Amino acid sequence: MLLRKLTLAVSLALSANVAFANCGDISGTVSIVGNEFPAIQTVAKGAAACASDAVEVISNLTADHQKINLAGMQGDPAEYTTAIIANSSIIALMNDDVIRPLDDLIAEHGADIPKSNLITIDGKVMAVAFMANSQHLAYRKDVLAEIGVEPPTTYEELLAAAKMIREKGIMENPVGGAYKSGWNLAQEFVNMYIGHGGEFYNAGTAEVAINNPQGVATLEMMKALTEYMNPDFLTHDSNATNAEFEAGNTALMNMWGSRIGVLMDDEGAEEVVYSNVAVGGPMTVGGGTTPATTLWWDGWTVAKNTSDENAKATFMAMKNGTSPGILNDDTMGEAVWMIEGYSPAPVNAGVFASIKAGAKPYPMLPYHGLLHTALGDNLSDYLQGKESAEQALADTEAAYTTAAKEKGFLN
Amino acid sequence: MTVQAQKRSHLLNLVLIAVLVIWMILAAFPFLWTLWGSFKVEGDFFSKANWANALTGPLTIRETGGSFTGDGYHGAWIKEAFGLAALNTMIVCVFVVTISLTFGTLGGYALSRSTYRYAFWFLIIALIFRAMPPITLVSGYLPVFFNWNLWGYLPTAIVVLVAINQPFTLWMLHSFFKNIPKDLDESAMVDGCNRFQAFRHVIVPVMWPGVITTGLFSFLLAYNDFAVTAMILSKENQTMVPKISSFLGTTQTKGNVMFAVAAVVSATAPLFVMVLFFQRQIVSGLTAGAVKG
Amino acid sequence: MKHKTFFWFVLPSSLAMLLFIFFPIVSVLIQSVHVDTEQVIKEVTNCGPFGCETITAVDQEATQALKRENPIGRFAGFTTYLDRRHLAIDEVRAAWSTSNGIGSFIKQLVNLPFYKAMSFTLAFTFIVTPLVIIFGFIIAVAVNSAAKWMRGPLIFFSLLPMLVTPLIGALILFWMVDARGIVGNALQYLAGDPTLSVKASTPLTWIMLMVYGVWHSAPFAFIVYYAGLQSVNQDTLESAMIDGASRWEQIRYVIIPHLLPLTTFIALMQLMDNFRVFEPIVSFSAEAHATSLSWAIYNDLGGETRQLSSAAATSVLTILGICILLLPVLVRTWRDFTRK
Repeated sequence: MLLRKLTLAVSLALSANVAFANCGDISGTVSIVGNEFPAIQTVAKGAAACASDAVEVISNLTADHQKINLAGMQGDPAEYTTAIIANSSIIALMNDDVIRPLDDLIAEHGADIPKSNLITIDGKVMAVAFMANSQHLAYRKDVLAEIGVEPPTTYEELLAAAKMIREKGIMENPVGGAYKSGWNLAQEFVNMYIGHGGEFYNAGTAEVAINNPQGVATLEMMKALTEYMNPDFLTHDSNATNAEFEAGNTALMNMWGSRIGVLMDDEGAEEVVYSNVAVGGPMTVGGGTTPATTLWWDGWTVAKNTSDENAKATFMAMKNGTSPGILNDDTMGEAVWMIEGYSPAPVNAGVFASIKAGAKPYPMLPYHGLLHTALGDNLSDYLQGKESAEQALADTEAAYTTAAKEKGFLN
Repeated sequence: MTVQAQKRSHLLNLVLIAVLVIWMILAAFPFLWTLWGSFKVEGDFFSKANWANALTGPLTIRETGGSFTGDGYHGAWIKEAFGLAALNTMIVCVFVVTISLTFGTLGGYALSRSTYRYAFWFLIIALIFRAMPPITLVSGYLPVFFNWNLWGYLPTAIVVLVAINQPFTLWMLHSFFKNIPKDLDESAMVDGCNRFQAFRHVIVPVMWPGVITTGLFSFLLAYNDFAVTAMILSKENQTMVPKISSFLGTTQTKGNVMFAVAAVVSATAPLFVMVLFFQRQIVSGLTAGAVKG
Repeated sequence: MKHKTFFWFVLPSSLAMLLFIFFPIVSVLIQSVHVDTEQVIKEVTNCGPFGCETITAVDQEATQALKRENPIGRFAGFTTYLDRRHLAIDEVRAAWSTSNGIGSFIKQLVNLPFYKAMSFTLAFTFIVTPLVIIFGFIIAVAVNSAAKWMRGPLIFFSLLPMLVTPLIGALILFWMVDARGIVGNALQYLAGDPTLSVKASTPLTWIMLMVYGVWHSAPFAFIVYYAGLQSVNQDTLESAMIDGASRWEQIRYVIIPHLLPLTTFIALMQLMDNFRVFEPIVSFSAEAHATSLSWAIYNDLGGETRQLSSAAATSVLTILGICILLLPVLVRTWRDFTRK
């Protein structure tokens, strides 16, 4: 669906030239909180174009946005009239009921927002997405050519390729991965577990169920991959993983689509590295058909505890901030925009491949954040060989259950 | 100190010099390395290929055409307006130090002179207050600050930093004041001063070594604080450390680490001047010759 | 000092601490004996850019109704303190009865998050604190004996480990100890093992964190001692010299007693700060090898779903831990106090 939309968008890109700053008749305050990477800066700038004598637009973009957005929207009136969030972080705002349904505003003023960008929860539109992201394969063309192997489409093929690279003495640790203990490691488990067709919970409940054959297979695959990684893998976040790749130490890795651009530019690496970077789709694992990756979106919301006047102003400003008008030569490459007029570059091929391959979105469950934290804390012991896979999974389940009881999801 | 110098043997001199040299290398080497590296590109400074790249800088030569580049400095100060953050830090530091020391000298002096038991318990409770991990404190402030519309402003951060730092300041100044003999202010009181006058005219002139040292710590706390400032200052009021951390990037996006390195190096230069200046103050407090124990 | 005078002198400090530390501590105490109200869950259909799916979500109406009844949550007593993430009473008992020796009991014990954190926290506290005091003292004596014109720069460079913000300082040191970094390479050369990696080994990571801890905090002890040395009584020193005391005897009988109150102060602050060790663990990405109580709080508050009660309980346990730790020093202070 999205793919069709985007292909359509590409063809429209040349003809369409939408007027900028079409904010309608609004007044009040628009206050934005969000992360600070360039794409979000662009959106905030687009929203600020609606500022006038009657409308004040303030933005607070910081990497710590998740720590302050909930508190900032709980007050009455809320400090922030909109929070820019992703599919994992909208949960915290939903759980505490601080964002308002947008259906009436969309009916009145939002007919031109693409339907596929509306995030509908229980029949109510709670957010509007504007960009997508996903993890997928990135590899070195020259290295794979040297061993005469096609880019892997499964993790098993990746392991075989890694083995050949090591045996031929091209690289000692050819596989890269963001396996840093904590959020990153948990993310890789979520990817791989989904790839194995695992279900995280007993259907319709908050009871966790990962200590099963899929869970063990997931951990075993992760361990097999770490055999081909730098021994410091438990300290490598995506920054460090990319740095390893740029230094020419790794040839195969599962990486965020949003981080491929800097690998392909001519900064930070030797020519032999940056000119040979290529992206593949997401990989499957264990004979499954669901790719072992998750899809992500970033979107905006409107606060509940704010006047209808401010809510309308916020809606119009954010709509303008994510309208085709914000796209130009500079902003085009900042993200995989889900905006009409966006023309994808080769660096974004991986994210599109993920969508096309039917990858699942990151689970948007009220209690999944707790499981993510529990996974991040408990899996490293297994990967260091300190305990069995079953024990690591049992520890994770116990940690999750304790947390879920405290938060009232389990009794 | 001249007295000791006369007695010092050659062997002792050698040992002392050796200690100083080793310590200087340990303390300064990482900084000097950073200073050198701040004129390179990221691929060299954090080279995962070979550590020697940070010295020779092959990528710097290829990417910028010269062995040294000012890109990090240009990026931090011009593109990212680091000067504004520096100004905010200066405001925060000046106020935190002044207020902390005013509150702290009054309280610390009283605690060092009171012979009642409650003074001891006051100190103990202050100590227990300090045991509270700051991140828990800050996350408790957030809802209140947002509700009362106090969030995001420099004065809020200043007051919070002063309060969090109070137990430390009290303890430290209390220890210093205890070293100032009681006879000094008590004789002044016999001469007809009240307690505050005695404090003002007799203690204040001799307290500077302790106060300067304590002030240095208050300053460093405000200057290096991340936990408080990152959470309760809005973007336009941001101080240097949260600004530097914003250069580092996130899971899904790459940052400008060299901006951060350049910012750190340039933020250290004013500290050098400051330490040189106050070092003299500490010694001048001594040469005033008033401290007798 | 009169009660009234004392009151006015300590009033500003007390007010600041009351508002910004005491009240938050009370709210943390209350938080730690409550847990969230029950969250009513229902199945819903969600749609987004990647299609529709049926999943569970919080039933806001029902949950908010429960929340209005109990705005601060359900009273839970000490449940949170005793659960698996904190004191883990049930798990410890089970481990005790199932383990067949002290070794396997300890292994099961440090698999529990609280005891894993405690093992590193205590090791860190008891190794780093004395080293900081000793090194700080030695450096202070050395700097104090240097020529006057050199002291300014010497103090500045000695303070550098403290001055450079840990955010970047640790990042650079972290790179240096990398297997390909300058220190990492030197270690490989010294150990004669080209595959040695500090970051991949638990014992080496512990040592690295402790070395960093000493390096980072030694300037603190140094500057306090240095300031203290400035006020050493010259008359006493001179008369000791005239009495024929050697330099060592001067240090032993004049300088050390003079610096004793400062040592108590440094010990108190360092024990406390080291018990709350946190920054190096995050900066050095050492979570897989070493955790601490402060790190556990950070982890509880930093997830997508913040676990306030758990963080509150850990905070209270931290305060209790520090009280126990400081008891010997406090008893000493009490004796000093009553003596005067």
